[in-house]
Amino acid sequence: MIEHFSLDGKRIPFQPGQTIMDAAMQAGEYIPHLCHNPEFRPRGSCRLCVVRANGRSVAACTSPAREGLEVESDTPDIQADRRSLLQMLFVEGNHLCPACEKSGNCQLQAVAYYCGMLAPDFTHLYPVRELDGSHPDFVLDFNRCILCELCVRASRDADAKGVFGISGRGIGAHLIVNAPSGKLGDTDFDPHDRAAQVCPVGAILPKHKGYDVPIGRRIYDRKPVSLVGDVADHQEDMS
Amino acid sequence: MSAPSPEQAAGTQLERWGSDSDNLLQMLIGVQAALGHIPEAAIRRFEAALGVGRARIEGLIGFYAFLHHRPRGRFDIRVADNIIERMRGSRELAEALAGRLGCPPGETRVDGRLSLGYTPCIGMSDQAPALLVNGYAIPAVEHARLEQVVALVEANTPLADWPPELFEVALNIQRKDLLLEAAVEDGAALAALKASGADALMQVLEASGLRGRGGAGFGLARKWGFCRQAPAEAKRRVVVCNADEGEPGTFKDRVLMQDPQQAARMFEGMTLCAGMVGADSGFLYLRGEYRNLLEPLERELQRRRDAGLLGKNIAGIAGFDFDIAIHLGAGAYICGEESALIESLEGKRGNPRDRPPFPVTRGYLGRPTVVNNVETFIAAALVAVQGADWHRARGTEHSAGTKILSVSGDCARPGIYEYPFGVTLQQILDDCGAADTQAVQIAGAAGRTIPPDEFQRRVAFEDLGTAGSFMIFDQSRDLLEMVRNFNDFFVHESCGFCTPCRVGTTLMQKTLAKVSRGHAAPMDLDTLRRIGELMRRTSHCGLGATAPLSVLDTLDKFPALYRDRLSDRGFVPGFDLDAALSEARAASGRDDPRAHLEGDGV
Repeated sequence: MIEHFSLDGKRIPFQPGQTIMDAAMQAGEYIPHLCHNPEFRPRGSCRLCVVRANGRSVAACTSPAREGLEVESDTPDIQADRRSLLQMLFVEGNHLCPACEKSGNCQLQAVAYYCGMLAPDFTHLYPVRELDGSHPDFVLDFNRCILCELCVRASRDADAKGVFGISGRGIGAHLIVNAPSGKLGDTDFDPHDRAAQVCPVGAILPKHKGYDVPIGRRIYDRKPVSLVGDVADHQEDMS
Repeated sequence: MSAPSPEQAAGTQLERWGSDSDNLLQMLIGVQAALGHIPEAAIRRFEAALGVGRARIEGLIGFYAFLHHRPRGRFDIRVADNIIERMRGSRELAEALAGRLGCPPGETRVDGRLSLGYTPCIGMSDQAPALLVNGYAIPAVEHARLEQVVALVEANTPLADWPPELFEVALNIQRKDLLLEAAVEDGAALAALKASGADALMQVLEASGLRGRGGAGFGLARKWGFCRQAPAEAKRRVVVCNADEGEPGTFKDRVLMQDPQQAARMFEGMTLCAGMVGADSGFLYLRGEYRNLLEPLERELQRRRDAGLLGKNIAGIAGFDFDIAIHLGAGAYICGEESALIESLEGKRGNPRDRPPFPVTRGYLGRPTVVNNVETFIAAALVAVQGADWHRARGTEHSAGTKILSVSGDCARPGIYEYPFGVTLQQILDDCGAADTQAVQIAGAAGRTIPPDEFQRRVAFEDLGTAGSFMIFDQSRDLLEMVRNFNDFFVHESCGFCTPCRVGTTLMQKTLAKVSRGHAAPMDLDTLRRIGELMRRTSHCGLGATAPLSVLDTLDKFPALYRDRLSDRGFVPGFDLDAALSEARAASGRDDPRAHLEGDGV
């Protein structure tokens, strides 16, 4: 028997075991998210998908759907929280959209547009982070990493390579590369890896090409993220 | 005795802990203790022997504050720097050590003799200032002791040869009630289990109204019942005692474990739980700051094995097999959160898990797991013997029994106070000799800031719940310094997993600094509130949800702290514009008045 919950008043069917996010995605309903990708085990760390379920704030990507649950997502106060979370991600790293090759194909930027974020508001932290250009085909730009761990999960679970990890803690948490040198060039990371295709921002960028598709005609320049979905599903549109 | 090579040190740990990567954290702690850091060669040895990627090892070293990839000094000194220690001179102590030993806080002396730094509360607030040397606590480091420590470091005396009285820690038990007064024989709870059976004892626990003492107050019979009913391979459930008492200002679990009788009861409570839920393995997760309790507790475990109270067919109950291992923490407050604790037990970074599933159904290695704290297991062992009415005789309807509080700060008699639930804050303040009190911080840095007009409120789950921290501030204190100290603590202790806590704690830190400097405008206070409320609503775990409480409470209840420091300007930038021009001045070789902005900015 198919069960249902309500999302902003719409009836959403689900199978037992599905999360609120799973069921919403299947029904074509968009709940903003960055660290979620249905291919991988949900993580619930970016907190953008926090919704109110029967009055309680929960992450849609990790919370099981339940019969009769009343879920609110697209409300002014929840969208305001999402803007604050996005602003935190922007000031935490060094995100210079006008100079970024990922602009227009960047899910962070796209979700920020969708949620109506106009400016970062908070004090920029301007962390000093490095670039890793050691790999022949990819640049790692730690300035743009938002710690979604999609590359960590993809490399571990889909590619069985475990190229990435996380070290440090708190505001010092950071992406690391599984090599004694810490350099991507000293791993078996490969353009065909799933991990090479899941970064929602511009932290893992292919080399040898740039601006093939002009800004203005890119994925999220044409349609909002709520209609287009995750950047990981549109790799062909970026080449 | 010369230090072992990195390979030897790693090899010793592999022998001790086996080739199971679940014990990786314990092995790294062992290497850190043996060598003062975790060198490259040890990492490679673990990679090869355990089949784990180096990123996992690096991830652990980066997560736990007591693990280091680069060498620390032979004497690794950390001065406890919670607000209570600050009030008792922790900063002056560190500066004095720095001056006498020629090593500024945060650094390692060039000859490698010592490293000096700060660490959050080490459970010594009643005998501050205190410090850790290579993980071993030395309390009450006043003038003479300071000289003694300096001399021992300069003489390069091995820590094992330092005078034992330096490491003696007072119990300071000031008020006893049910738990601390009970005279119950060792093994009595297990005898009750044998006599009555698990079903009957479950009813006793239920009737006793016993709730977990870790702060959340979950009904003990319910928790154990859930675990008992959770499907598991025959008796493969797990019992964990949370002795990661990291909440600033609390130290009662340390006192309980220091007392051999109470430590025995704690283990008996765990064993009782195992017998009732059907568990075969137990862990005591002991915070690294309580390193000095490890050997006495190991001895107590061995004594219990020898007495037939642990091991096979415990207490003569056929098929009741259970044993307890002690795992050390390594400087991570978040590991007091039960699911982060389980991650840490599995040798991982202490990121809290998603719940559901709760540990009672899927905990350690996916097995149904009960996690309770030291005081709770002691209470459970006593209730099993003394009965439900004995426990119900104290406390309130919803909070049966007693609570042990760690009282510190501005009072004549800091220490341990056991009260029936329902006691008012005023009663506690009167009993410990507090005068002219400005505020009580209850339940630690993650707790509530209570002003005098609320001192008639009660310690009880239905009013002010607490794991036991009770910090007192008199009228001479600047509460903004308290708020900033707590916020700094959360910046240090946030695991970094979720956005609101990872970034919010740091943004608050910057804004609070601005308030403190007198540069904040009203909109900065709005920002503090906005960040705090966002963290409350959207954080992944309780750390992020409670971290902003002291800010929000003081904004509401002590508004003058902020208002009196506001700048009269509508907006002051978050950075110093004039300082930002210093590079340009250096490049142009100018430093005349006209190369500076007037005042301090726009």
